[in-house]
Order: sequence, then C-alpha cells, then structure tokens
Amino acid sequence: MATAARKAPAKSKSKSDGKSSGLSTPKPAEFTKEEELAAYRHMLLIRRFEEKAGQLYGMGFIGGFCHLYIGQEAVVTGMKMALIEGDQMITAYRDHGHMLAMELSPRGVMAELTGRRGGLSKGKGGSMHMFSKEKHFYGGHGIVGAQVSLGTGLAFANRYRDNKNVSLTYFGDGAANQGQVYESFNMASLWKLPVIYIIENNRYAMGTSVSRSSAETDFSNRGASFKIPGIQVDGMDVRAVKAAGDVAAEWCRAGNGPLILEMQTYRYRGHSMSDPAKYRSKEEVQKMRSEHDPIEQVKARLMDKKWASEDELKAIDKEVRDVVADAAEFAQNDAEPDPSELWTDIVL
Amino acid sequence: MPIEILMPALSPTMEEGNLSKWLKNEGDKVVAGDVIAEIETDKATMEVEAVDEGTLAKIVVPAGTEGVKVNAVIAVLAVDGEDVDKAGEGIGEEPAKTEPAAPAAAAAKSEAAAPVAAAPKTEVAADPDIPAGTEMVSTTVREALRDAMAEEMRRDGDVFVMGEEVAEYQGAYKITQGLLQEFGPRRVVDTPITEHGFAGVGVGAAMAGLKPIVEFMTFNFAMQAIDQIINSAAKTLYMSGGQMGAPIVFRGPNGAAARVAAQHSQCYAAWYSHIPGLKVVMPYTAADAKGLLKAAIRDPNPVIFLENEILYGQSFDVPKLDDFVLPIGKARVHKQGKDVTIVSFGIGMTYAVKAEAELRGMGIDAEIIDLRTIRPLDFDTIIASVKKTNRLVVVEEGFPQSSVGDHIASQVSQRAFDFLDAPVITIAGKDVPMPYAANLEKLALPNVGEVVEAVKAVTYR
Repeated sequence: MATAARKAPAKSKSKSDGKSSGLSTPKPAEFTKEEELAAYRHMLLIRRFEEKAGQLYGMGFIGGFCHLYIGQEAVVTGMKMALIEGDQMITAYRDHGHMLAMELSPRGVMAELTGRRGGLSKGKGGSMHMFSKEKHFYGGHGIVGAQVSLGTGLAFANRYRDNKNVSLTYFGDGAANQGQVYESFNMASLWKLPVIYIIENNRYAMGTSVSRSSAETDFSNRGASFKIPGIQVDGMDVRAVKAAGDVAAEWCRAGNGPLILEMQTYRYRGHSMSDPAKYRSKEEVQKMRSEHDPIEQVKARLMDKKWASEDELKAIDKEVRDVVADAAEFAQNDAEPDPSELWTDIVL
Repeated sequence: MPIEILMPALSPTMEEGNLSKWLKNEGDKVVAGDVIAEIETDKATMEVEAVDEGTLAKIVVPAGTEGVKVNAVIAVLAVDGEDVDKAGEGIGEEPAKTEPAAPAAAAAKSEAAAPVAAAPKTEVAADPDIPAGTEMVSTTVREALRDAMAEEMRRDGDVFVMGEEVAEYQGAYKITQGLLQEFGPRRVVDTPITEHGFAGVGVGAAMAGLKPIVEFMTFNFAMQAIDQIINSAAKTLYMSGGQMGAPIVFRGPNGAAARVAAQHSQCYAAWYSHIPGLKVVMPYTAADAKGLLKAAIRDPNPVIFLENEILYGQSFDVPKLDDFVLPIGKARVHKQGKDVTIVSFGIGMTYAVKAEAELRGMGIDAEIIDLRTIRPLDFDTIIASVKKTNRLVVVEEGFPQSSVGDHIASQVSQRAFDFLDAPVITIAGKDVPMPYAANLEKLALPNVGEVVEAVKAVTYR
C-alpha cells in the first residue's frame, strides 16, 4: 500500500499545543557507554525472545493469539529508562516486550505462552494476560482500549495516595479510535492524573493503515480537546524515547496532569502469527529494517564510538540467546497446570 | 372557574410529600413562575411555581402538613374577575382527592431528578445473623445504604465513592447524601457522564489496591461499562493466576422504577449472575442492604450490588450494632412455612410477601426465602426448604428467558427431584420491553395474583 508507505518514518516535531505547555520534542538523550550497552542488551533480549516465540508458535507449543513486538523494542526500552520505583505500566496484547522491559522473568513469560504451570499466570492467562504486582506491571489486556481506562485508574490511585508515581499507559494507533480513550483523557486532564499516554503508532491497526482509519493521523494532537499536550517521538531511536520519557515523567510528577507521547514506530511482523501482512509492501518493511532498526542504530553508535567491538557485541548476543534458550527450554518442558487449577483464582 | 392547585408529583415514584411552607398568603396576587410553596420529599425540598396568573383565594393544605397525597388540592387560585372570597368555597372540606387528575396546576422546579417512595414500615422475620435482643431502628433502604458507605469509609481510608452526581448533588437518588460533607472531594468523586471510562478508572484503581465504590446512576447505564465490569474486573484474578484482582463495588438502582419505559427498566440480576469472578447481591430489606453493602465493600472481589429505586424509600428495622456485616452468599428465611416454598429477591419480595398474606387467608402456610445474594447462590437453603415443603415457586421482575428462576428450577430438579410434588413454577416479568403506558407497565411486571395462582397450582388447590 503505497499510501501507507508514503509518510516519512518517525519524524519528530513539536506540537502547537506543546508550545502552550512549554513542551516540545526534546533532543535525543546523550547516552553514556553503559546506557548504550544496557539499551542494546534489553532490546536484543526482546528481539531474540520474540523470534523464539515465533518459532515455538510454528512448532505448536504456543496456541491462540500471539502478537510479536519485533521492530518496536526502542519504545518500551527507552521509556523504562525514565521510570522510578513504583511507576506502573499497562498495555494491550502486544505485551511481551513490555513485560521483559519491566524485568518479568523470561522463563515465566515464555512458560505462560506455552500454557505451563510455571507461567506468570500459572498458564491461565496466555500471551495477552500477564501481570506482576511486584514489578508494577498491570497487564496484558485483550480488549483494545480497555487498558487506557485502567491505566488512568492506576494514575488515580497515585493521586489518591499522593505519591510521586506515574502510570505508563500504552496503546496503539488502532486503540486511539476507541471511545473510552477519550473518556479517560477527559477525566485524567480534569483531575490532573499522573499518566503518560504512550501511543505506539506502528502505522497499522491490524491491517488498516492509519490513513484509512484515522481522521487525525497526528496522534500527539489527540488530546487537544482535553488540553492534554502531546509530543511526537522517533520511536525507533531509543535515545529519543528516553529523552521524551524524561520530559513526560517530570511533567506528570510535577502535578501537571497527563501527557501524550506519540511513538512513531513500526512492527516488522504481521499483526498476529496468522497475518501474512498483504496490506503493505515488502519494500516498505525492508526499508524500515535497513534504515531505522532500533537495535542496529545502537550497534552502529557503539562501534563508531569504539565503545564495543564486534566481538563484544557478539558476546552480548550470545548471553541473550542463552537466556532465551533457557526460557524456551523451560517453557517446553514445564508441566501443564494441575487440573485442579481450573477451579482456583476465580474469587478470593 | 377558579383553578385548583394540586400537590405535584416530583418524581416518577412519588406518592406523597410534606407541604413545608407557603411563600404566598391568601389574597396575594401571583403570576406564572412565582414560587408559591415549598414541598419536602424524603430527599429534598423543592419549590412549587404557579403556572397561572391570579389571586391566591384559599390555602387548602396548611404549611407543615405531612403526607399530602399527590394530586390533592392544596390551594385555589381565583383568576381575573372572579370573587376571591367565593373561589375557595366548598373545596378542601372533603378528603383530598387522590385519583389521577388532570396535570397538576403547579409545576415543580425539581432539584432532584429522582423518585421518592414513601411507604409504611415492613415487618420482617427475625434474622439469625442478628443477636436476639438487639435494639432495632426503623430505617429506609436509602439511609441504610448511606450509613453502610459512611461506616466503611470511616473504617478504611482506601474506600472511596465515585460516580455521576454522587458529591455536590448528594446523589441522583440521594444515596450518597452527606458523604461529601464528611469525607471531602478526594473520597467522594463526581465523575463526568462517562460510564465506560469511570468504570475502567475504578477497576484500575482497584487493581492498584484502592477499594472503590462505583455508583451507576442506574444499572441501565452500566451497559456502557459492561466490558470493564466483566472483562477487566471479573476475569483479572483468574487471568493473573491469583496475583491481582479488583476489590470494587458497582452499585446503583436496578430494574423497573415507575413509568420510565424500556431503556430505564431492566433487571440485570440474571446477566451478572452468569459471570464467574463476580459476586451479585440484591437486597430487599434495609437491614440486608446495610449489612451486605458493608460486606461487599470489604470483599476482595468485584461485587455487583443491585438496588431498587422503589425500595429506597421503604422503611425496615435495622439492628443498632456498631459493625453490622452480613455474609454474602447466604439466603434468609423471611418467613417460615410448611406448605410451599416461595423464593424471591430484591423487589420481587414485595410480591412474595403480599401473596403470602393472601395465601394465609386460604389456609396455605408458605415459606418465603429471600435470596439476598444471586451469586454465589445459596442452594443449600433452597433445597432444605424444598425438602420440607416439596413445592417451589420463584418470583422475580427480570425477563423470563435464562432467568434466575430458571436456573433455580433446573438445579432443584437435578438436586432434589424426588422431593418435588409438583413442577417448579417460575414467575418473571413478561417477555417484552417495558412499556410506558401505566396499564401496560403493570401488565409487564409480575403481580401478586400470579404468585397466588402459582402457589395454588403447585399445592393442587
């Protein structure tokens, strides 16, 4: 679809409503060597994990729906770098990357994908439904847009308790057209709730391109009616995400209410495992991969600055692959839930 | 002809009110729009405006009169050229008329959009959950619900109430009256008209560990929010393998009120009772409303708490106890009997109770069970009763297909078939959208005669 491919990828600009709030797209963060290496490792873990999940799906170990995050790794990785202890995260069903970013165990996530007892939800939630109160990860939700109201509720709790925490509420360009998103925007702005609405604009709501589904394709502008400022961010550049995350977190923690970050990103794979992605051209995907890949960008910087050699980066890749292999091994061999689990956790 | 000013109905379910104050005296000239009197319901004081121009010839109902029936003549207005002294002659000497009359000659400037029902106190059999000798206080269901919330909010700082008009307006049906004054806007939160959104915000806050009470102005509007109630609130505990649930109460009036037609008259007991992960409570008496709402707020699960607008104004004995909490999931034997079991819940109980009195006159001794909780359903109490009486009639206002009664009938036939001496009869609302016309509305709802007939059928009378 040429129309969809026409828009330049991930071009940042400041918003007019951003001006009245004094906010604009910040310059990409200056990363230290350690930050670059950490970002590289975290994004690589998500990529390798998702590749493995895709394999296991093909082998029949994973059932049902499985939505891979490959291509979008910089968004959760950069945002995680802006968080403090207690900040919450909530998203929809393309959620494995978010869980790994929030340091949920790769074994636990993978075993949940295979529906085993060692899964984070004891095998009862699956790909779309995982949670960790301890790590402040609130799911993992299968209904498009529902997590936006829930994430606003997490922010309500922060405000009620008068703590400094922020709710990171993720949703896609598709969910951005759901009514409850705007109901939530209204309340969040009215009550000055500390919530960062992160719109992961990967350009396709399932198979419908943004230009075919959205009257206003500038998602950073979607809060205008509610006086919520927004910033467009190059979601393929982890430094740009981190810088925007810092601005947003500071804005929220200072009691200014919600903020929208439109992350311009791209998913390389189909919507779910059964999607051949006929609605876009191979060239479009290839161009994103070769020119904007979030991991390759970090790798190039590390090499340019001589912060890491090819061998050192390979060693990191090896470590990450080992973690993923261990998770996959565990997830394939762990026992299925005990039949008695059918009847547990329904009510307390 | 002098114009009769009638006692106005200020809400769909109001039957009477108090004439608290006259703002005009006999002989005063009035023009349309003048406030002439103040009328007090059990929820609010409202002003009555003159609709016509003239002279207030006679005040028929003096200030301070309580229990003035809707449509009773309260004053007489002499219009131009009429003899003010003669205009009021012969009016007001007879008992105030109560039959439906032409539209009242006075319009109410309504401050509350909500009905009021004033009804006599209802007698209830002793509840074994209440210690013998406990002092009882006559309380309306409305006050009982308010007291339950206030007590729990005093007890636990994580409990808060949110919904449309719960704070400044004091509740569309005045259930949250006084809560804003006691607890402030942080804990008594007026929301925009945005059911889907605020239900989700409530569930999110509950996931984060707060204990929200979400008021729906009526459960009809909760249809907009049903995804959050079922997909988010009810299922998360299971989907998270027990890690995270939603301790939240969704409450508000449910079912038919009076003359509000199809979109505002529907019972959701059967709907929500279908869902694993929810508890569904539907009280009849004020004591149950209080004890069960307190339990619902403390419950770590999502609880659907179905109230009824017509019951709000009814008074029942409520035990005077510091902390009166009733168990969710336990039915109450409302009246012991041996010939037949009548199971009902919520406003359905009003039909059961009246039918029982009639049946007693025919020599039939009916046992009435008030379910109080629809999910989990207390089959033990129902089956124990059926084993004694061998006959069962279930009464509810909801639609007949897949009703609560149908579920009970199927379970009883599976668990106690050998004890049944007659087929179970289920009485429900008719299988039609609720009509507006008064006569049709009456036909659509169950009635006492149907219950009496059903009992006669199962007892072969």
